[in-house]
Parts: sequence; structure tokens; C-alpha cells
Amino acid sequence: MNDVLRRSLVFSTFAVAIVFIGFLQSWNVALGIFNLCLISATMALGVNIQLGYAGIFNAGVMGFAALGGLSAVIISYKPVSETISLGGLGILICILILLLGSVLGVIVYKSNLSQAYKKILFPLIIIVVLLSLNLIGAPAVERIEAFEPAASGFLGGFGLPIILSWIVGGVIAGLVAYLIGKITLGLRSDYLAIATLGIAEVIIYILKNEDWLTRGVKNVNGLPRPVPYEIDLQESTWFIELCKNFGFPLVETSSIVVKLSYCFLFSIVVLTLFILSEVALKSPWGRMMRAIRDNEISARAMGKNVKARHLEIFILGSAIIGLAGAMLTTLEGQFTPTTYQPLRFTFTVWVMVIIGGTGNNYGSLIGGFLVWFLWVEAEPLGLYLVELITSPLSETNPLRIQLITNAAHMRYMMMGLLLLLVLRFAPKGIFPEGR
Amino acid sequence: MDFLNALALITNYILLPGFTYGSQLALGALGVTLIYAVLRFSNFAHGELMSFGAMICILFTWLGQSYGINFGVLPTALIFLPIAIGFTALYCFFVEKFVFAYYRRKKSDPIIFLIASIGVMFFTAGLIRFIIGPSDQNFNDGVRFIFNVREFKAFTGLDEGFGLKTSQAITILTTMILCSILFVFLNKTRTGKSMRAFSDNEDLALLSGIDPNKVVLLTWVIAGGLATFAGVLYGLDKIYKPFIFLQMLLPIFSAAIVGGVGNPIGAVVGGYVIALSELFVTFAYRKVLAYLLPESMEPSGMMQFLSTDYKFAVSFIILVIVLIVRPTGIFRGKTI
Repeated sequence: MNDVLRRSLVFSTFAVAIVFIGFLQSWNVALGIFNLCLISATMALGVNIQLGYAGIFNAGVMGFAALGGLSAVIISYKPVSETISLGGLGILICILILLLGSVLGVIVYKSNLSQAYKKILFPLIIIVVLLSLNLIGAPAVERIEAFEPAASGFLGGFGLPIILSWIVGGVIAGLVAYLIGKITLGLRSDYLAIATLGIAEVIIYILKNEDWLTRGVKNVNGLPRPVPYEIDLQESTWFIELCKNFGFPLVETSSIVVKLSYCFLFSIVVLTLFILSEVALKSPWGRMMRAIRDNEISARAMGKNVKARHLEIFILGSAIIGLAGAMLTTLEGQFTPTTYQPLRFTFTVWVMVIIGGTGNNYGSLIGGFLVWFLWVEAEPLGLYLVELITSPLSETNPLRIQLITNAAHMRYMMMGLLLLLVLRFAPKGIFPEGR
Repeated sequence: MDFLNALALITNYILLPGFTYGSQLALGALGVTLIYAVLRFSNFAHGELMSFGAMICILFTWLGQSYGINFGVLPTALIFLPIAIGFTALYCFFVEKFVFAYYRRKKSDPIIFLIASIGVMFFTAGLIRFIIGPSDQNFNDGVRFIFNVREFKAFTGLDEGFGLKTSQAITILTTMILCSILFVFLNKTRTGKSMRAFSDNEDLALLSGIDPNKVVLLTWVIAGGLATFAGVLYGLDKIYKPFIFLQMLLPIFSAAIVGGVGNPIGAVVGGYVIALSELFVTFAYRKVLAYLLPESMEPSGMMQFLSTDYKFAVSFIILVIVLIVRPTGIFRGKTI
């Protein structure tokens, strides 16, 4: 009972905060924050599965989120037929070569050839694959990127409904997680964190530089939406009637309705994932995971395949992060590789999970909600604080101007302080993991 | 002659920048490795410590410049480096006192230390952006080149040449001096030996009367000093960007791990290995091959293994290979 009381108290405090913003700033802002809170909570759920259930330190959250964003582009953007006819075949052949190369590599690795042969064959396969990629891929990429570089210059996507990309994003992130996990999961915690940090950086570099796929730093704008556009709502008669009957302002209401529809879609995802994670945690599988986390050696002695379970959970968590990434890109309607920064994407999500309480799904939800809320509201709060502190100085004092312009960066300091304080004084977080 | 031309090209585009960048990485990796050897955790805040040191140095340089202080042909920042080191060491002292000392007393898991260091990283990153802002700062006054490509060509009569930037010479020389001092300190002095003893076996070190608090504080001060050097030298050589230091964490960790974590010599060697291989892999060999091969075999493409955009990926790939093939690193450090 105590648990339930505590949960309802914390969640209702958060609800009050959102309502407060709604009245104080505007409902548009409040809903905007809440939508991102939902996405943050999804990411936190994914990280919690890895960090909380199994104690895996994945510092590559950013990379998986970006892969989700990529899938949103590939699924929803309409195909650019000109570039496909220019270089689509070349790219397809390259993908086939890559697949063939990896299959060959695996065959050689699994075969019972002697080490000496393997040592020659492996580099040979890599060199042949790289060479043929250069020979076939480079001209194709050049042709694609040369086509109207200011407006297009990439292959586009499949032109399917963007909601589909949420699933595909999860699948892509899961596949990449499989490859990464195969290599890195044998490592101890510190190395794993460093290795995954590196992988995330590499993924972002690829997305920034492979213009034929993502337009790179030129960004992809105007992704289709799963919900109606404000402008369409404002022109449809039933909506105008509705607003007139209730006396709502037309423009503001339309944008609130759009945000509410996003909110509805995201809530379904978050609730489903939450229920699934709770069920998984309470199931024998979840108990096994925690047993492995708490004492790997005895779990192994009980005959559990620790490496396979870790891989499983790494894929699962990463897939959820990928899904959240696709949701984020859907909400923003554009894909901007430069916005993926480890402080914002990887470490903030960690803070969410740790503050909420590692291993507790309620904790991840509230951690995602609260931390994102603070992340957004830190800016006005920081500005207010700085203005208060510097108010004795004159308006034109350069120090004051400097501090006020930099006040938005207080949010990093606040995140750091929050993490350090929670880690020190309440290391189990808001909702400690239950037994 | 053709061979000399090719050599000059490689010196200009790979060797000199490689050894400069490698020195910066080596200084960073030395700090990471020392912290790991004594405190036994991977310090994710190290990049931001470098940034912090560089920032303090820049602030004092601006102050100095406004009073008309300069260092002639050398960058003014070098005068204020000791002050910056002092401030960074003080900052490290506070971080140890208020954050890590508690977990050390409690003998927490290394991963708790790691998370705490992420908290410190966040805080420091915010502090830096709050004080100096997120934009780039160029603070290298002084003379840019000791000799440039044109002068070199005129002097030697070669078709290709290399220029030596002042910042490159300063970086490489400073790193050599710092490393020698550090190694003498660790191997010859009583305090240095007590640090090594503490790193090797904490219990035995305690038994023989080594004060753990003193050793830990000293380690932080040295790491902070090295971080300041690395940050300032990097800023002088390229440009000071607050956000670049988080990206440098990866090559720095790679350098430390490739050399063998906890092993200072390994960290230095690892820094150079990472930096040089980044450049060797991303360099376009077309012109070099044109000099070396007979005319009929002149290559048509760029002859580049990997586009320069993927420089950071190289350090990562090396890291993964080392982790799989030889997890203890080249010089047999500790395994994390």
C-alpha cells in the first residue's frame, strides 16, 4: 500500500506541475513538454531494461536513437525516382556485396580451416569487399549526391506511413545491437561503456557523412505526419464549427488538437511497453536476469547462459531506444544528425533512469518525465536566477550580458548536481527496486 | 629526389600533425591512466577537465592581453598556463573532496565511481558553457609558423615541403619534457614510488604506512595538471571548442586502453599509435604514389582507405580490435 501511495503522490505532483505550466505559460507549451516527456520515458524504459534488469552499461543510447530517426526517414520519405535510377542499382549491389562479404566471413570463421588460412582469408575478404565497394559504390554515390544537392541529392525512402517506422526503427536498432553486442558484451562494465560510446559516435558520423542516405548535415525536412496538419484542421468545416460552438480560438486549438493526437499515440506506446516490461520483470525471465546481475557466477553455476541472456537484453533495450528515436523524429518532422549529442541523448537518459530508480519501471517513467521537465524548464529558471543574482549590476555590464546569454547552459550543471546528489543521498532513486 | 618529395609530403600531412595530435592524446591518456591506476575507475570527466583547464587559461590570457602582456613570438597563453594548472588542480581537489572521497570511504563499486564521474562531467560541461559560452575561441597569438612550406621549398629546392607550426613544436617539446619529468617522478622519487605501490597493492601500501589520502589527492593534482596541458595545447594547435572535448574522450580512452590501462608508458605510446593511424588511414596517397611509382602506374583515384570524416571511427576500430585480440593492451596493463 505504501508503494502505491508513494507512486500516486509522485505522479500527481508531476501532473500538477504540467497543469501549472498549462495555466502559467500555455497549454501548447505544456503539451509539447509532455509529448517529449513520453518519448524520454520510452528511452528510459529501454535503458532501464539494460541497466536496471541486467546491469549493462550502454553508453550508446544516442546511436540507437539516431538509427530510429534514420528509419523514420527511410520509411516515410517519398522515393526520389531520379536518384534511384541514377544510382539505386549501384547502392543495391553494394548492399549485396556487403551481405555476401559478411556471410563469407562468418563461413570462414565457423569453418574448420587452420588458423593460418583464416589469418590470410579474413584480410583478403575485407580488402576485396572494400575495393569493390569503392569501385561500384563511389560513382553511384557521386551521381546521387550530384542530383539537385540543394533540394534532394539522396535516395529518399519508401513513402510508407511513418508509424511503420517505429517498428522498423526498433528492428534496425535491434539488429545493430546484435552485431555490437556480439563484439562487446564479453567486456567488463567500464570497457563496455567506452566501446558503446564509440559505436554511437561512429553511427552519428556515418549519418552525418553519407549524404546519399540521409542528406547528411543538410537535414531531411518535411517528413509526413501520422496526425493531421494544423492548417488542414483550420480549413475543415467541422473543426471551425466545433471551435465556434465552444468559443475556442481556432489557431491555438488546432495546434493543441495535433499535440493531443501525438500524445495519444505516444501514450499507447509507453503504456504497452510499460506493461510488457513489468510483466517481463515479474516473470521467471526477469528474476533470472536480476539473479545474473546480482551474482553472475552463481547464475552461471545454475546453468544459465549469461552471455546469451546479456545479448538478448542488450538487443531488447536497444530496440526500445530505437523505437523512441523514431518517435522523436516523427514528432519533430525532420531528421537533423547534428542534434545528436551524447550529453543530451545518452547521459541525460542515464540520469533519468538513475534518478527514477534503476530496475524499477515506475522509476523510469517518472525519471523520464521529471528530468525532461527540468531539462526544459531549467532555461527559464536559470535565466530568472541569473537575472536575480546579477540585478545589482547595470543593464549594460558585459559580465551581466555574458551570464544572461549563457544562462541556458545552467541545465547541464543542474543535471550534474542532480545526478551527484541522488547518487550520494538516495542511490536507489525515487522508486527503489522492489524485491 | 622523388623519394624526398614523397617524404616531405608525408611529413607535412601525417607525421607532424600525427605527432602533435598524438602528444595531446598522450597527455590526456596519461591522466586517465593515472586515475585508473590509483582510483580504479574510468574517469569520464577527463575531457571536460581538459576543457576546464583550457578555459581558465583563455580567460587569463584575455586578462593579460588587456594589460598588454605578451610573450613575443610565443603564444601568451603559455605565461598563464601555471595559473590555469593551479585552478584546475584546485577544481580536481574539490571534486575529490566532495564527490569521490565518499565513495572511496564506502569502497563502492567502480561503476558507481563511473556514474559519479558522469555527474562531474555534466556539471563541468555546464560550468564551462556558463562561463565562456558554447562558441569557438581562438587564443593563439604569437607567430604561426617557425618555417612554412614556401620557405622550406626555397631552402631545399624540393617540389614538396612541410611547414612547422609554432604550436606543433611547442606541443611535441612540452610533451617530451612532461613525460620525462613524470617518469622520473614515478620511478625515482619517494612520493612517486608510494603512488606506484598504492596502485599495485592497496592493502600492502597501507600496511607500509603510505597515506592513501595524500596519494589520491596527488594523483588528482597531477591528472588535472596534465589535462590542462593537453587542453591548452590542443586549443593552441587547433581551436578551443567546448563540445569537442567530449568527442576527444573516445580517442583518449582508446589510447589508454591500447597502451594498457594503468600503464603510463602504454598511455603515451597508445596516444601516438591512435593519432598516427587515424592520419595514415585517412590520408589520400595519390600524390605520394605519383612520386614513388613509375609514371605508367600512376593511380587515378584518391588512394584513400577511408574518408577524413571518419577519423574518429579509426580510433574506435583500433580499440575494438585491441579489446578482442589483446584486452590488456600493448604493454600489459590491468584489465578493467
